[in-house]
Amino acid sequence: MKHLAVKFLAASTALFAIAGTASAHRAWILPSTFTFSGDEQWVTVDAAISNDLFFPNHHAIDPASILVTAPDGSAVEIQNAMRGEIRSMFDFKMDQQGTYRISTAGGVSYFANWTENGERKRWRGSLEQLQADGIDQKPDVEISQAQRSNESFVTLGAPTTDVFATTGSGLELNPVTHPNDIFAGEAASFKLLLDGAPAQGVEVTIVPGNDRYRDDPAETKVTTDTEGLITFTPDRAGPYWLTASSEGTIDVDGAPMSQRLSYTMTFEALPF
Amino acid sequence: MRATITLAGMALLSSPAIAETLDIEIGIPRLDVAEYHRPYVAAWIARPDNSVAANLVVWYQQERRGEDEGETWLKDLRQWWRRTGRQLDLPIDGVSGATRAPGTHTISLDTETSGLKDLEPGDYVLNIETVREVGGREMVQIPFSWPAATDTPLSVSGETELGDITLNITQDE
Repeated sequence: MKHLAVKFLAASTALFAIAGTASAHRAWILPSTFTFSGDEQWVTVDAAISNDLFFPNHHAIDPASILVTAPDGSAVEIQNAMRGEIRSMFDFKMDQQGTYRISTAGGVSYFANWTENGERKRWRGSLEQLQADGIDQKPDVEISQAQRSNESFVTLGAPTTDVFATTGSGLELNPVTHPNDIFAGEAASFKLLLDGAPAQGVEVTIVPGNDRYRDDPAETKVTTDTEGLITFTPDRAGPYWLTASSEGTIDVDGAPMSQRLSYTMTFEALPF
Repeated sequence: MRATITLAGMALLSSPAIAETLDIEIGIPRLDVAEYHRPYVAAWIARPDNSVAANLVVWYQQERRGEDEGETWLKDLRQWWRRTGRQLDLPIDGVSGATRAPGTHTISLDTETSGLKDLEPGDYVLNIETVREVGGREMVQIPFSWPAATDTPLSVSGETELGDITLNITQDE
């Protein structure tokens, strides 16, 4: 295999001008309900990238990029998927008792920028496309990797934890408090992992939804401790958006490049 | 009050098998609303740490024609669901029941025959939670000591979805 011949790019403003374009908006997966009872239930899910939580006003998330995992680890079929201009939606049926994970699959993408004939060029795509298109051969090309994951959890019956199994790659969440067992006024705890190890010193931002007419964004920022743990107390009931990101470097096919990792989750705090 | 507590304490020391009866009255108010559905109601006894010592009642829409859609809304009894409901395999004999009409409903539990037989002496909280379709939700609590008999019934009144709730513990002669 041809090795990537790229110029190593440290955390530069050029990179974040590109990577930041998408992350300035908030990507979210919002189930209609988070906690269910009964033998089987349907859940409908909205997915979008917007400024306001959780009001679509910018871009849809492709429903084809979404995976649903059942409590026993099997894949759940997404039904009635629809991609709108500023929001997508889909349904799935739950017939197992326990916790389901809804997540964006993969989420690894590459950003490149270079100058060609005096013109500044930007490119975004997969590693395969990058090599196939010869992007890595462009003069003085700067390539970076971004790995994003976005998820949410819903529970039918009693909560289970099998779907929290981590892959050991990228920025991942390992719940201490079950995401479907969070109550307003009670402390909740999550552990962040970076490539499988506790992610220390990562800033996590937690924002309550329904912020459209809220003068105060009411963001909470907490930083992970040496164990990768954060603890916070949601002050109100309703859906919340949690996000964390970290930057580092990664060796891709022999080429070191800067890497930007992000993890996002929606959860609901129930009222007492 | 002093005499009652002493008596209860002695009874416990000398003969823990002495029977007690726990009577609970649950008032469901008559509401003047356009669309009325009988409320879901749950009653349970919790320890001070919120763990559940006994499930007393859960009234919900019962299965009809093989459908169990009534269980869909059990999670709306959200504290009950969190503390115990979601761990239960419903229906439970002597606990599950159909929804009740407005009025006062009395539940009488005898320590000899109910799940209260294994209730350890100590401080407890009686929890009553209710939720109504296209209506409101309310939860009330009555702290009590077990097995101390109550001189007069302990009571609390709901403000919207519950009426008067009373708890009376008597020792059977």
